[in-house]
Amino acid sequence: MAIDDKTYDELREIAARYPQGRSGLLPMLHLVQSVEGKVTPEGIQVCAEILDISPAEVSGVATFYTMYKRRPVGDYHVGVCTNTLCAVMGGDLIFERLKEHLEVGNDETTPDGKVSLEHIECNAACDYAPVMMVNWEFMDNQTPESAVRLVDDLRAGNEVHSTRGPRLCTWREAERVLAGFPDDLADEGPSAGKASLAGVEIARTMGWTAPAGEASAPTGSTADTKVGAAEQADTARAESETKAEAGQAEEGKS
Amino acid sequence: MTDMLTPVLTANWGTDRSWTLEAYEAQGGYAALAKALKMKQDDVITAVKDSGLRGRGGAGFPTGLKWSFIPQDNPKPKYLVVNADESEPGTCKDIPLMMASPHTLVEGVIISSYAIRANHAFIYVRGEVLHVVRRLQAAVREAYAAGHLGKNIHGSGYDLDLVIHAGAGAYICGEETALLDSLEGRRGQPRLRPPFPAVAGLYASPTVINNVESIASVPSIIDKGADWFASMGTEKSKGYVIYSLSGHVKKPGQYEAPLGITLRELISLGGGMRQGHELKFWTPGGSSTPLLTAEHLDMPLDYEAVGAAGSMLGTRALQIFDETTCVVRAVLRWTEFYKHESCGKCTPCREGTWWLAQVLTRLEKGQGTEEDLDVLLDQCENILGRAFCALGDGATSPISSSIQHFRDEYLAHLTHGGCPFDPMTSTVFAQEGALA
Ligand SMILES: Cc1cc2nc3c(=O)[nH]c(=O)nc-3n(C[C@H](O)[C@H](O)[C@H](O)COP(=O)(O)O)c2cc1C
Ligand code: SF4
Ligand code: FES
Repeated sequence: MAIDDKTYDELREIAARYPQGRSGLLPMLHLVQSVEGKVTPEGIQVCAEILDISPAEVSGVATFYTMYKRRPVGDYHVGVCTNTLCAVMGGDLIFERLKEHLEVGNDETTPDGKVSLEHIECNAACDYAPVMMVNWEFMDNQTPESAVRLVDDLRAGNEVHSTRGPRLCTWREAERVLAGFPDDLADEGPSAGKASLAGVEIARTMGWTAPAGEASAPTGSTADTKVGAAEQADTARAESETKAEAGQAEEGKS
Repeated sequence: MTDMLTPVLTANWGTDRSWTLEAYEAQGGYAALAKALKMKQDDVITAVKDSGLRGRGGAGFPTGLKWSFIPQDNPKPKYLVVNADESEPGTCKDIPLMMASPHTLVEGVIISSYAIRANHAFIYVRGEVLHVVRRLQAAVREAYAAGHLGKNIHGSGYDLDLVIHAGAGAYICGEETALLDSLEGRRGQPRLRPPFPAVAGLYASPTVINNVESIASVPSIIDKGADWFASMGTEKSKGYVIYSLSGHVKKPGQYEAPLGITLRELISLGGGMRQGHELKFWTPGGSSTPLLTAEHLDMPLDYEAVGAAGSMLGTRALQIFDETTCVVRAVLRWTEFYKHESCGKCTPCREGTWWLAQVLTRLEKGQGTEEDLDVLLDQCENILGRAFCALGDGATSPISSSIQHFRDEYLAHLTHGGCPFDPMTSTVFAQEGALA
């Protein structure tokens, strides 16, 4: 595939989002990957042209970041977290099992081009360990068996959903979103997974809350002057102290 | 007495369509913005100063003070950059926050930008979290449509543009000056300081960089007051924070509490350690903070107490490991991570992390000698304080602390001729099997 006029315009559009165009380079490279399936020499050339920097500079940036690929990845790029916590909780065994099952090594793609495999670093989901990612969507709480089922489903073209997100799109579609061209999937999936809610659920059961603060003045009726605001704040503060005292008394009773 | 848990940022995470503007406003969202826009900018800064809010990204620098360093007589544009790179191993609070309630962050960005007189703000989010990027993009779109962003916000005369910027995979880009280089479209390598970003940051202009949780805390401070915020926490560590519990506990997850709660309390809230096992070691604030042991269970988790115990509160990423975990394996894996993520700019870190991994690998295989432990400590000493940025220092933390607490376990690898642990026993599936 080649960089056509539409892509060229979109690349310029990305650069135009920033006070200085060069800031757009990372999202621009995401878009190149979305169109070309990897960072190609042509993609590098076009980015350099648009930003008026040398291809060597673009190349130097592209090679610095792990999400940019010089070789094509699968439609579904599978990451297994093998940073310490996930590794210990089972990530190492999952990664070994997948390498065997898919008959690929780290950073390799199955011959049908469907699935590529990579071990990844902590993906900020340690409370869901062991964690996998598919096209940078969360696949939480995996086991070797669930991981094998997952990649089999992906290869068979079955519909697969993220455990905390939407139906999986392809890697190229994902790269387009990262370039700043949203799809319409933001409203899919839950607001949070179970572990994210561990504390809130306990607080609800126990009736625990943050202290009551100043009564939040409804929009529009906020004080117009600083003095007014201060007066309002002071009353509210006094009120909240009263409430806090009342709360303490309550606690004393229980 | 405040309650044991005090959900503020996490309070709405489980609610229906919590990520939408409609749901956020229904529970009082954007009221703080209305209030802030009627305040003088300096009064917003004062409120944040008075609250005692300290940066939640690891270093704990007072947020209001940082904002006050922005030279307002500097004619250049001012910028706010939110550090949403969350990549420190163990840290997993900003990502669920942005997934469940992106508007909390967006509202915080608008108020904070207003305070420092920035008309351009950026959220630099790590690229490997697609759905979070989507939710942020959608929230920004909604905020523009509602007039919370754009020109003349709610008739205040204040303009703000906010760009969601996805990174591309590099732990070092969480370091604030490397983040700025990355945001300028370069390799993410740290910059020499001074000048500090407050004076010469993005495009050599005055810039504030704050963590997601720091900025997300701002609306509550404006809404409920600095005193309210400061009424939680300990003497020098004010307010509520999110503690992230992971590993060998019954209920891993996010627990929002006043600063100063103890690990014993957090673990017991979560139903204890997993069945039949006991705490062996833990990180208080990610892998770059020295390991602690069961000896530290009753230490208040605030900046001062953890510091006094020889570690750091960091990001409150509590990674919990029980006695089935080999500490040498754990430390080697972290060391490989630092080696891989070293940006290569300075020799102590680039070469040092390579050597550390070499020696540790040898020890883990049971092929080293006892002298290797001194070699390791020596290497750590040569990196600590000599590296260009805190990544290098962080790389030494797990090593020196583990040798301090678990020297015998290193030696056991030598006498055993390899790792004496069965890696299966530490996994979650081993546990499931045992219970079945
Ligand atoms: C190697 C390294 C990685 C870091 N990663 C992050 C990160 O992912 N998120 C973050 O907020 N701060 C990170 N920091 C800390 C930032 O440099 C900076 O202190 C922080 O963003 C300031 O925000 P705060 O004052 O609100 O905490 C990192 C620091 C280092 C040295
Ligand atoms: S300490 Fe490491 S990450 Fe930091 S500048 Fe030096 S080489 Fe780069
Ligand atoms: S260690 Fe795997 S997600 Fe953090």
